[in-house]
Amino acid sequence: MHFDSFSDFLAMGGYAFYVWLAYGISAASLIVLIINSVVSRRQLFRSIATQNRRQQRQVNASAKES
Amino acid sequence: MWKWLHPWAKPEKSYALAGTLLPWFSWLALLAISVGSVWGLAYAPADYQQGDSFRIIYLHVPSAMLSMGGYLSMAIAALVGLVWQIRQADMYVAATAPVGAVFTFIALITGAAWGKPMWGAWWVWDARLTSELILLFLYLGVIGLYNAFSDKVMAGRAAGILSIVGVINLPIIHYSVEWWNTLHQGATISKFDKPSMDTSMLWPLLINIVGYGALLGAVSLYRFRTELIKRERQRPWVKAMVTAKVSGGV
Repeated sequence: MHFDSFSDFLAMGGYAFYVWLAYGISAASLIVLIINSVVSRRQLFRSIATQNRRQQRQVNASAKES
Repeated sequence: MWKWLHPWAKPEKSYALAGTLLPWFSWLALLAISVGSVWGLAYAPADYQQGDSFRIIYLHVPSAMLSMGGYLSMAIAALVGLVWQIRQADMYVAATAPVGAVFTFIALITGAAWGKPMWGAWWVWDARLTSELILLFLYLGVIGLYNAFSDKVMAGRAAGILSIVGVINLPIIHYSVEWWNTLHQGATISKFDKPSMDTSMLWPLLINIVGYGALLGAVSLYRFRTELIKRERQRPWVKAMVTAKVSGGV
């Protein structure tokens, strides 16, 4: 361990603002990227499921008519 | 020759292959980034000139290297898509461009946060910084172009041509520190000489490069699967899979 204590670690030898700014923004942008990836996949699955149900209803309706 | 590769061009097969690879990439990324970052932030010795501010390197160098590596992989995929008309290659281009853009953004931001204490400026219009900014614009151009067409075959072709043309920027970024007078320091590890870094500082960096590479791969694979499903949404196998997944709660 390079640092003497946890507060020493957080202080980063006086560069705390710059070091934690870099790590903070990077972590935040990676998290946003991952959340975006997961959300768009789920939205797509829901949209396909809706489309499937609509097509199924159309098939059922035309089967009744004939 | 190499006919065994052909079945993998079936969408079902490449979807399943990406799904098999995904957990390996994800766990490798999680493990390597945790080890590399904790080692780099807490255990590596401080730099004799830059003190603890140099610890930004463990984020800056991997993201910058992979912003270029990711671009190269995207451009190779674009070439494969244009020449052999393999649709999955276009899907990979669309999937990896946002990931590469985020890595480029991280490289720029961490560079700014490192530049301020060391150079006294958040940003300078220096060759290395400017060419890396152009890389970000290239990624955004590829994303924008792909989304601008509703015909995804056309979209893949347009985005692919831009990706290939943009490769010219990669050697410019890499050699910018040699070709022009610059504030940015020269290469530390990607040179033919011995790395100019002590092993106690170098190991966490190498581990993080592997980790962020795996992360780039994992997120790209994940988005590739989404893109594939989006393009194949009318196919029976997709419909069947979605019905099974959604009724089971995604």
